[in-house]
Amino acid sequence: MTVVDGALASGPPRRVWRNRLFQGAMLLCMLVAFGTLAVLLVDTLVTGWPALSSQLLTGLPSTLPEEAGARPAILATLYLGALVLLFSVPIGVLTAVYLEEYANRERWWNRAIEVNIQNLAAVPAIVYGILGLAFIVRGIGVGRVVLAGGLILTLVVLPTVVVSSREAIRAVPDSIRQGAFALGATKWQVVWRQVLPAAIPGIATGSILALSRAVGETAPLIMVGAITYVAFNPTLFGAYTALPVQIYNWTRQPDVDFQTLAAAGAIVLLVIVLTMNAVAIFLRNRYRKQW
Amino acid sequence: MSADVTVARPAVVALPRKRIRWGEQFVHLILFIAAAISVLTTVGIVLSLLLPALEFFREVSPLDFFTGTTWAPLFLDAQFGVLPLVVGTLMISFWSALVAFPLGLGVAIYLSEYAAPRATAFLKPILEILAAIPTVVLGYFALTFVTPFLRDQVGVQVEIFNALSASLVLGIMLIPTIATLSEDAMAAVPRDLRDGGYALGADKLQVSTRIVVPAAISGIIAAFVLGFSRAVGETMIVLIAAGQLAQITFDPRETVETITAFIGATGNGDVPTGSIEYKTIFAVGLTLFVMTLVMNLISIRLVRKYREVYE
Repeated sequence: MTVVDGALASGPPRRVWRNRLFQGAMLLCMLVAFGTLAVLLVDTLVTGWPALSSQLLTGLPSTLPEEAGARPAILATLYLGALVLLFSVPIGVLTAVYLEEYANRERWWNRAIEVNIQNLAAVPAIVYGILGLAFIVRGIGVGRVVLAGGLILTLVVLPTVVVSSREAIRAVPDSIRQGAFALGATKWQVVWRQVLPAAIPGIATGSILALSRAVGETAPLIMVGAITYVAFNPTLFGAYTALPVQIYNWTRQPDVDFQTLAAAGAIVLLVIVLTMNAVAIFLRNRYRKQW
Repeated sequence: MSADVTVARPAVVALPRKRIRWGEQFVHLILFIAAAISVLTTVGIVLSLLLPALEFFREVSPLDFFTGTTWAPLFLDAQFGVLPLVVGTLMISFWSALVAFPLGLGVAIYLSEYAAPRATAFLKPILEILAAIPTVVLGYFALTFVTPFLRDQVGVQVEIFNALSASLVLGIMLIPTIATLSEDAMAAVPRDLRDGGYALGADKLQVSTRIVVPAAISGIIAAFVLGFSRAVGETMIVLIAAGQLAQITFDPRETVETITAFIGATGNGDVPTGSIEYKTIFAVGLTLFVMTLVMNLISIRLVRKYREVYE
């Protein structure tokens, strides 16, 4: 009995404490990240709740905070999202198919395309905005229209779509390709009828995540001239503002009521973005295949 | 051709190419064009930055631009010293890195070495949600929550627009990037190395810090470099929360202007084409692009290095 007591009194050896301390520190890192996220969500919700009304969703912008709404901005954001989906998914998936199934990696230009896409993924979004300003808005003369914004956002998220599509295609086992080839299928038949259908869940997940990023992107849209005050519904070739830009503009107003509006706008944006993320995560878990 | 070669690659011998399939060739071409769009994007970025920047440097000497300490491009007596913007950018990136590097690495070690699979399945989506928060919302949070919090609760006398709030929030924003990339690198470390450590009597702390982290170090550094590059290129948080006062200061409580904040504040679409303000955007943008390009290429190279070793 005394021996056991003595052993308990001396406690676990130092290395056990060191390990616990270390594990605690790692957990703390986790908690700081998630705690900040929780505080952000709660703070936005509490601040913006009073201004979250049907007026915000259906009203037009105004210089008076109590009359201001964000319908044109919300609609334009939906248009931009549709354009991004329309352009980035086909181009991104075809690029991924090229790199995974067709490109001969011995060739220098194929390696260059790969490094180029990796770099593009890390180019600051505002640099794409400069590209849009110089080429699409001023250069080709499309002007500050929804289409220009959609094109620029497409370029911003294209690398993300390519990278996630490549991963999805790479996860399809070779035995499926071999089987199709053995039955006499051509390369494109193998890709189109076997590889791509098997990769669809992964491609869809990546595309939705890319889309959610595009919808929340602000800086490039400021550059290509999503303007502050738009009191009409957007059209493809018309002036526009987007929801994140609208939030930014409200944030800059000195009037505290506009700050509340900004928070309410942020709630709407967060709902859109987080819903997309939830769908993506659901798709990934639902269709996760074990080959 | 000896018999064993035929056995090894029967298809090649059995199916001599007789005709070119034009349909397949066409598909190949289409795919190549799609892939080339990304190359064209890079060419477009370089051209759209370089051409107006060259015009800019015809009017302002590069020496004045890169060594000048006063940034006042919109004043009557315009001064084009880019150093205040560069210092502001690097200071904010430095402080955000100070937040993000240890926290991101801690999260990565926890996910890779400690968390049970069920915990990982629950924690990773939360990390993704953090990564998905639009930066304009983060900027708003830094300005309207973090700055008042620092002033009233913590008691740090910060300006309304200050580098500290922006850096803290930017650092939190970077955690998912750094954690995910570092964890990838740690996951690539073979199990044998860990088991070897345990067999020698090492505990989890020792295996994590003396075996896994050193073995994954090139991937971890790649994550840090990419994270720093993200910090340098982030616009909305600094534009909203750090302000627009271009000054050389190393005090994070003060208002500073970063390269990205200047571009975002100036390039709002109303600048007349061909004016010196218009060209300034491109000269500053080129500086930003080169800074991030160098970091990205270093990061890409480091990732390739660890992939070569373990995969």
